[in-house]
Amino acid sequence: MIDIVLTDLPIDISACISRVMTPSAGGVDVFIGTVRDVTKGRKVIRLDFEAYEPMAISEMKKIAERAMKEWPLHKIVLHHRTGTLEVGEVPVVIAVSAAHRDAAFTACRYIIDTLKQTVPIWKKEIFEDGEVWVSATP
Amino acid sequence: MKIKILAFGIAKDIFGAPGIEVELQHGQTVGDMRLLLEAKFSRLASLSSYMVAVNNEYADRQQLLQEVDEVAIIPPVSGG
Repeated sequence: MIDIVLTDLPIDISACISRVMTPSAGGVDVFIGTVRDVTKGRKVIRLDFEAYEPMAISEMKKIAERAMKEWPLHKIVLHHRTGTLEVGEVPVVIAVSAAHRDAAFTACRYIIDTLKQTVPIWKKEIFEDGEVWVSATP
Repeated sequence: MKIKILAFGIAKDIFGAPGIEVELQHGQTVGDMRLLLEAKFSRLASLSSYMVAVNNEYADRQQLLQEVDEVAIIPPVSGG
């Protein structure tokens, strides 16, 4: 089972975890992204997330499908936020269940690392004294 | 032919709009479109990098463009 969601509403972390739990799983691995209050010494006020929605969903599906093929997993949940997020809020939740923990840990890491490289979602950091699209310029 | 191009993130700021239209000849490619855009919007060439998507898939420079294609400029992504 693969469950992909792109939403402008808060992500329900417990619901994400419940969705991947299954009697045949020996464990669940979870990655929760959170908005950090500082970048390179500058105080962050909030983040604005923007997505190319149809492509973002299709790229998130591709990542989950590749993970399913690569490792013996039971279920994958991948939820990502769009819109404005305050410090401490949760832009992304990944939950993976598997019979054995090695597969769950490895797949969870693969999913977040690949998401950050290929999924068309952008964040703008809003500082006290300016704003910047993350990674856009050298 | 007119090609509609969607822009996201910093590309939207560079174009000053969420989308623009450019005039291309039949047989022109993603690479040709990139050169045209970079000539018009010099800040595009100064990004760390950027990709082009055609119909929701990453496209290489050799890909031919057609009037019906949904084309998007994908500046460096930063989700998560």
